[in-house]
Amino acid sequence: MITLLSTWTFGIALALVALGVYVSYKLFSFPDITTDGSFTLGAVVAAVLLTKGVDPFVATAAGMGAGAAAGSVTAILHAFLGVERLLSGILVSTALASVSLVSLGRSNVPLSGTTTLFDKAEAACGPAFIRLGMEEAVAGEAARLALVVVFAAGAIMALYLFFLTQLGTAMRAGGDTPSMARALGRNTGLMTVAGLALANSLTAASGALVAQYQGFTDVQMGIGMVVWGMASVFLGAALVGPVRLGAALIAAAAGSVTFRLLVASALRAGLDPDWLKAATAVVVLAALVAPRFLARRQAT
Amino acid sequence: MLELTHASVEFAAAGGPRVRAVDDVSLTIPAGTFVVVIGTNGSGKSTLLGSIAGTVRLTGGSIRLAGHEITAWTQHARAALIGRVFQDPRAGTAGSLTVLENLAVAACRGRPAGLGWATTAALRAEAAARLARIVPGLEARLDQPIGSLSGGQRQIVTLVMATWHRPELLLLDEHTAALDPAAADRVVQATARLIREERLTALMVTHSLAQAASLGDRLILIHRGRVELDVDGPAKRRLTADDLAARFDRLRRDDQLDDAAAQTLAEAYV
Repeated sequence: MITLLSTWTFGIALALVALGVYVSYKLFSFPDITTDGSFTLGAVVAAVLLTKGVDPFVATAAGMGAGAAAGSVTAILHAFLGVERLLSGILVSTALASVSLVSLGRSNVPLSGTTTLFDKAEAACGPAFIRLGMEEAVAGEAARLALVVVFAAGAIMALYLFFLTQLGTAMRAGGDTPSMARALGRNTGLMTVAGLALANSLTAASGALVAQYQGFTDVQMGIGMVVWGMASVFLGAALVGPVRLGAALIAAAAGSVTFRLLVASALRAGLDPDWLKAATAVVVLAALVAPRFLARRQAT
Repeated sequence: MLELTHASVEFAAAGGPRVRAVDDVSLTIPAGTFVVVIGTNGSGKSTLLGSIAGTVRLTGGSIRLAGHEITAWTQHARAALIGRVFQDPRAGTAGSLTVLENLAVAACRGRPAGLGWATTAALRAEAAARLARIVPGLEARLDQPIGSLSGGQRQIVTLVMATWHRPELLLLDEHTAALDPAAADRVVQATARLIREERLTALMVTHSLAQAASLGDRLILIHRGRVELDVDGPAKRRLTADDLAARFDRLRRDDQLDDAAAQTLAEAYV
């Protein structure tokens, strides 16, 4: 039971990466490699502040701010300095590897002895779950799950509502057809900066949450996160098909949980963890190709 | 009023000599004038339109619009004064957004987009009324992705978007070129009606000599980056598509003679 709850907690914490990739890749057509670096950066900033005794909400928010700054730099490199999209993300992500290492001081920092968001959630919700008849250990894990559910649901709701505003709609239009947005008076360069800042703040929030959940921060924990995010987005899209904004956001988050469950099942079935990244790439490929293959089969 | 003073656009073709796509063009277009711009392929008419819209930078001269010196303005800053309809309807609309959402973005043209709801009941009512006035039935598709509309319908929506707030200048860049003849005809009719009813200042680039002869108050023929013909009033009204075709033939013949002379000179002296 605890393992299942833990798988869900991890999947939902990583759903924030999927939401970030949805914003950068699907709304802004920007394959943003910064994701790998900003995930680690969010975890590092949160860890550094937590070990200094800063409130975990503030530490997580600061991690998100750092992620937003990283995304902004990538967007500025592309939109105002003309650096190619992939390259601007690679440059920032590479630089962030040094920033994270220097900020953390060493490659791995445990968070034992600090008060994390999950400790607060356990203290707040644990007793209520025990009163509902759960064992203490299960109640603690359920409280941790509740925390990430609140985060993910809040992020989905906030993104959905924001993208229905005048500014959010203009940003979606700018991401879809920049020529149209410019002709209607929108500064598409600034919109790209705002979009990538938003996307990477979500990714950094995920990094901060994962670090607090697993109880340590590692400077290599972000490697492969952009592929995870894309896998989740494509898997979600393959599950629900073409849908409107709100459902697409939920599908991206659901894709992350589904993907986590697939990974957990594969590991349980005996997959060598060394092959995990290769398996991830295969899932992305399958989620990309399968809908087209099925559509072609239906057409013939 | 639109004023171009000694406007020039010069650029270096890859591996070739510098080319003057727009060559010292001076024009004054009074407010409320519908100008049709024609020219041969590569004549510089689209570059001229681009330089007014802000997608192409002038290398010489200046542009004033409605009393503003806009030469150094960015494209998105100029959008406060200029409405634009592209050749490809996909370039002027966001395919993943609904028709109403596209119109909502247009409703914010020239003003800061805030955190208010984009698609309000008031916007919906106004959008339905405006679309119904131009193409009855289109208002029923407000909630559909604009990508699901036909090219002609999509171009009509772009036209409504470009004129949602009365522009000081409406730029139409061969906006029927990508459409089938029936759809192109409907869009041209709608365009002409909108310009007439709203008394808009408009610059329409077209390849159709029939459209050039029948539409607009004034006709400008661009050739090799220069204004070759500029007629309005009775002279414009008398122009026929055949007159324009004959003019085009003469220009092509002159070009061939110029090319042949250049070839002879090159062979004699190089």
